[in-house]
Amino acid sequence: MPDVASTKIPVTVLTGYLGAGKTTLLNRILSEPHGKKFAVVVNEFGEIGIDNDLVVGADEEVFEMNNGCICCTVRGDLIRIIDGLLRRKNDFDGIIIETTGLADPAPVAQTFFVDETVGAKTTLDAVVTVADAKWLKDRLKDAPEAKSQIAFADVILLNKTDLVTETDLKDVEMRIRAINPFARIHRTQRSEIAIDKVLGQGAFDLDRIQAIDPDFLEGGHRHFHDEEMRSYSFSSDKPLDPDKFFPWIQNLTQTEGPNILRSKGILAFKDDPERFVFQGVHMILDGDHQRPWRADEPKLSRIVFIGRQLDAAALEKGFLSCVA
Amino acid sequence: MALPSSPPSSLTSKLRPLDLGGAVVGLRFLGPLAAFVLGEGEIVLVGDDEARVRAHHGAVLSVAGDDKRILTGGDDGRVVATRADGSAQVLFEQKGRWIDQVAAGADGAFSFSAGKTAHFQPAKGEAKSLDLPSTVGGLAFAPKGTRLAIAHYGGVSLWFPNAVAKPERLEWKGSHRGVMWSPDMRFVVTTMQEAALHGWRLADAGHMRMTGYPSRVTSMAFTAGGKFLATSGSSEAILWPFSSKEGPMGKQPSMLAPRDVRVCAVAAHPRDEVIACGYEDGLVLMVRISDGAEILLRAPDGGAVTALAWRGDGSALAIGTESGMGGLTTF
Repeated sequence: MPDVASTKIPVTVLTGYLGAGKTTLLNRILSEPHGKKFAVVVNEFGEIGIDNDLVVGADEEVFEMNNGCICCTVRGDLIRIIDGLLRRKNDFDGIIIETTGLADPAPVAQTFFVDETVGAKTTLDAVVTVADAKWLKDRLKDAPEAKSQIAFADVILLNKTDLVTETDLKDVEMRIRAINPFARIHRTQRSEIAIDKVLGQGAFDLDRIQAIDPDFLEGGHRHFHDEEMRSYSFSSDKPLDPDKFFPWIQNLTQTEGPNILRSKGILAFKDDPERFVFQGVHMILDGDHQRPWRADEPKLSRIVFIGRQLDAAALEKGFLSCVA
Repeated sequence: MALPSSPPSSLTSKLRPLDLGGAVVGLRFLGPLAAFVLGEGEIVLVGDDEARVRAHHGAVLSVAGDDKRILTGGDDGRVVATRADGSAQVLFEQKGRWIDQVAAGADGAFSFSAGKTAHFQPAKGEAKSLDLPSTVGGLAFAPKGTRLAIAHYGGVSLWFPNAVAKPERLEWKGSHRGVMWSPDMRFVVTTMQEAALHGWRLADAGHMRMTGYPSRVTSMAFTAGGKFLATSGSSEAILWPFSSKEGPMGKQPSMLAPRDVRVCAVAAHPRDEVIACGYEDGLVLMVRISDGAEILLRAPDGGAVTALAWRGDGSALAIGTESGMGGLTTF
């Protein structure tokens, strides 16, 4: 009998504003001699010409879920395409979705948590955003899509670094950090990067949430924070009460969901020897006990939100009221 | 079918197991032959012997048909009609497109969709097409005539391909996927992206919300005579009563054959008020609606049941699973 229980197919989402170097990165991933085959979902045919891989055109159909939540949107075309691709799942090792420069990454990511079939057979590996080192700062001012793409990213390629000075690079990195404290940033030229820094990231895998680095959180954004989109982080060395925390976070994401793009947390609950980790996309939350706290690590609860126009004081008060 | 008054609890000894070699995505009887459609493009015709036909060079995305032909749409851009003699005829081909949905009409007519466009091809005469506001989620011919129900985001369009008039639009917020007419053509029902069904009473466009499912409904069938709509989506078969004028509104559905795993495929016996019910673990039950009596037809093997079909005279049931195993039970 064939093997029924197989591992989930990893999906990488490539985003980036127009002209940042997304298609160049895609072509690099496909043409490197890694021995893997990919199903590629693109918006425009023509620029990709790799015979071994399966290329499918997408329609960017954003569907609202009829569940009373305005921020819960999915990509209907992706549900259909992935359903179809799964019927020939022996033909490829992973799926890469290239979005248009103006696409909002949220419906793409939410598709993997909301649709049952897609969620059962595939796993969102990471959102990879390619950003133009020279023009990103301008785009962050005038293009809300560019801002969302940075806010959503797990991996950011700061591309075309040869076109700017080291000072400019540091400045743009600070801007990125102010919006998104946990993405891995790689400086690149012509989207040149080792494939293992882009694929196989497990960014949505709860087991791989290691630490939320305090340096990222405390630095930068005080001076550079983007008035509209930024990260908000809070911590407490006193254990939390799960009966206070869960109602708070659920209510918060229900009411502020549209303004919270991503969230992540490592929590220490009272009388609980294990770390509890969670992550969220808008109002969709995923959390679990991860592993026992090690003797040498401080039992510190940390929580980060990336969002727009959030009330920092209210968030902090709410979080600290969860202390047991 | 005559069920004995105190039926034996198991007929698994009557099951002829089949190793089909690929995930089954659709299943129909062509006369006495069971035609198993595999996701990777082959059709296995099972009678006394087994024959394999390659219908598509790629994945099969949808399956429809009647008792003479099985229609498949594939990611190779083809619509193929396969017959009991093993012939596979390409009815349409457009390279580079996916044929997402197919439907079989009377007298050899057929319909299919690629993206946002639905096509109609009569047995004789000119092909017609219709552009929809979003990708077509489901296609179904009315039981009589050539009216097509086309499910899409925001509702269903009812289209007379041979009429000049604009299609009638039945609206309901959300993404509609599968679509089905009641046998008496009084109702149209869709499966939604949410874990719910939506229906319209055509006489007055009245809405019917059918909710409460723990998961998305992927399989539904009207029972013989159209009294009930049986559906998957829960850990029991859900049967909505459709015999009254109002349909199921204000009534509770019947729940049959409860287990601790989900029902993922249902098929209605062509003559009697009996359904076959396939579960995520591969188990298949035959259930009599009047008293809920169950007969085990297939023991679980771990592979979800993806397709069930009764022979036209009700004398056999074919079973297909995700793991590529299947079976044929002859009564």
